[in-house]
Amino acid sequence: MSKAYKDHLGRPIVAVTGMGVITSLGQGLEDNWAALSGGVSGIHKISRFPTEGLSTRISGTVDFIELPAENAVERSYAMARETTLEALAQAGLSGDFNGPLFLAAPPIEPEWSARFELADRSPPSERPGDAYNRFLAAMRQKADPAFHEAVLFGSISERLADRFGTRGLPVTLSTACASGATAIQLGVEAIRQGRTDRALTVATDGSLSAEALIRFSLLSALSTQNDPPEKASKPFTKDRDGFVIAEGAATLVLESLEAAVARGARVYGILRGCGEKADLFHRTRSSPDGGPAIATIRAALADAGIDETGIGYINAHGTSTPENDKMEYLSMSAVFGERLPSIPVSSNKSMIGHTLTAAGAVEAVFSLQTILTGTLPPTINYQNPDPAIVLDVVPNVKRSKQVTAVLSNSFGFGGQNASLVMTAEPA
Amino acid sequence: MTKSANDVVITGVGIVTSQGVGAEPHVALLGASQSPKVRIETERFAPYPIHPLPEIDWSQQIAKRGDQRQMENWQRLGVFAAGLALDDAGLKDNLEACGSMDMIVAAGGGERDINVDSLIVDEALKRNDREQLLNEKLTTELRPTLFLAQLSNLLAGNISIVHKVTGSSRTFMGEEAAGISAIETAFARIKAGQSTHTLVGGAFSAERLDIVLLIEAIQGHSLGEWHPIWSRKPGNGGGMILGSVGAFLVLESREYAEARGARIYATIAAIGGDRGSREDGRLEARLKDLARPAAEFDPQSTVVFSGTSGFHDLARREKAFLETELAGRPIRAYGGLVGHGIEAQFPVGVAFAALSLGHGAEVPPFDPDAEAPMTAAAKAAVVTTIGHARGEGIAVLAAE
Repeated sequence: MSKAYKDHLGRPIVAVTGMGVITSLGQGLEDNWAALSGGVSGIHKISRFPTEGLSTRISGTVDFIELPAENAVERSYAMARETTLEALAQAGLSGDFNGPLFLAAPPIEPEWSARFELADRSPPSERPGDAYNRFLAAMRQKADPAFHEAVLFGSISERLADRFGTRGLPVTLSTACASGATAIQLGVEAIRQGRTDRALTVATDGSLSAEALIRFSLLSALSTQNDPPEKASKPFTKDRDGFVIAEGAATLVLESLEAAVARGARVYGILRGCGEKADLFHRTRSSPDGGPAIATIRAALADAGIDETGIGYINAHGTSTPENDKMEYLSMSAVFGERLPSIPVSSNKSMIGHTLTAAGAVEAVFSLQTILTGTLPPTINYQNPDPAIVLDVVPNVKRSKQVTAVLSNSFGFGGQNASLVMTAEPA
Repeated sequence: MTKSANDVVITGVGIVTSQGVGAEPHVALLGASQSPKVRIETERFAPYPIHPLPEIDWSQQIAKRGDQRQMENWQRLGVFAAGLALDDAGLKDNLEACGSMDMIVAAGGGERDINVDSLIVDEALKRNDREQLLNEKLTTELRPTLFLAQLSNLLAGNISIVHKVTGSSRTFMGEEAAGISAIETAFARIKAGQSTHTLVGGAFSAERLDIVLLIEAIQGHSLGEWHPIWSRKPGNGGGMILGSVGAFLVLESREYAEARGARIYATIAAIGGDRGSREDGRLEARLKDLARPAAEFDPQSTVVFSGTSGFHDLARREKAFLETELAGRPIRAYGGLVGHGIEAQFPVGVAFAALSLGHGAEVPPFDPDAEAPMTAAAKAAVVTTIGHARGEGIAVLAAE
């Protein structure tokens, strides 16, 4: 292998040769980028289910994809299929993909509608708390393979693997809100291992339901500033009060730079470094000293072989929760020191909300697009800055600025932390 | 096998099954002259027999009651088994090693609150505004902490909290394939120098009606009395008996393990997974590819730990495959002994294989009517898992 195709540690350089994205802003990179760089919010009132009596009634659901049935598996699959079609078209790849699939997908459970249907055909209750005994009696009478398939975690990757001809056993993963970044990291690792020249990395989350919303509500994680919806997500401001739950998907085609160049593919950027570090502090809260997040960012920089002066823009996790934004600021301050206020840091979540499982990959696509277009997307709703967070958040309006290296952070429940470093294609 | 610095070796086994807690009772059964006796619960979930958890003193691995309370059974079982593996590897309370240790967990989803679900469906039968009812009941009846006890990646999260494993934390999902990919990925990372030591495994709680329902949706359970796994008949249901199991392994590069003077059970010589249509012999063709590395080892001293789910057609096809392609190697269907453990199925098999090789066991038949005795101490092992719905994987392990 020529030296030009190896990184500072002698590993194959990993290129991004195709991207696809769906968020509440629309389908496809072009529409998404126009809206995102235009400071448009995709957050709206929830219409998927009644919200009367709920403290949060807004979200960034994706309601414009046609589905054969209304459930989380169908929606998550459909979005992943669409972003993968877009990414492969951009990569100029057709036919079997012939590389591994790494899929970040939401944990799924039966829909309530499926439980209600089952209850309707079950024998009557004999004592409190016996619903599952009755469900079982109904299943003994008549099996329901669709019910089984709809709650298997492997069912989305199965369909993607068949549709796109990926190789081997696909990995379906969850690292909570860092899942999208972890999927990319697994793809990068596989190429660096020399196991493959290319990897398909996909992240999708179409799992918003009443129960999902209520679960996050009960943990006081969601914004309750329902009116107007588009103003609710306000990362790094003083009046931020929680994240806005959302849906989306993204696909990145990763290839060794050498293989990409050899087949004459266009290189959209380089996946230069990945870092991760688990937190042991608490199930939902991060270590107050930001230690694991700091270690994660430093690990990503070290893996990329660049120091903190090399980063020109940070795509923040920036959830708009009181705690995340404070902790993320603290961590970035520790790593970037006095230089931090001069590095633009913006949060896509101010416009698209928190796409949960998909966020790390959706925001990786937008990070690469930032490099490609020389346009920094803004942090909207930045009217009342948190005085304790001194950042250039690219407030409210996009900015033209050429950057060559971007850091993207993802942090999640369960002590999950992952950061990615992306750079421009080597000229 | 020639030894290399980047060999992937197993240095810790944490296992909990109906047969007992930890390596000791499992080593004993693997080295016994008699076939082990199954432990089965046929009353509690009748007509579904289940291999139950043994008696466990949770505080042995999860010191704080507060931590125990934050978890549902499958998480608690996984955290417990992970602690056993760290202990067994001599790494428990080694803050430096655990702080840099990578982790991959194969996880399913958490338990439903059966009472809340029942309350809602019962009420819904009387009302036609079911969605509104959901909002009312879920808002008032759901325990806020239940969400975290259900969340797939919180098994790993709890291992970080309780055992301070914080190098990295990844959770794989997708039934049996999750367990295969978890070990395969850990193996590939260590082999390539991307990790020096990794905690990998999974846990499965069978004693919950929501998971029993999942399998009954395809009428997959063996019903009534327990029967040996290779002789279950379609007249007695689908063939699968679930088991509560937890299995974690500490994998290290040989260099890392030897530098700290660790005891090595076995080396993973090869591991792979695949998927696809099972029609027209395609399953067998993939298995043949995956099993190829086993040819390198003497058949007589190779034991095959089959993870068959017990599904009639899959069990029949796997047995026929093994008897043809891996002829002369005694087969031990461990799911017949401890039950099927879905995400944890493959890790349980690798744990059995590691313990057998570490102790040079002549493993007695688990199903004496269908499995041949061993005539030599185990020096190599093959572990198979064919997913009940999809995905398959095979690992080949070698003794030191």
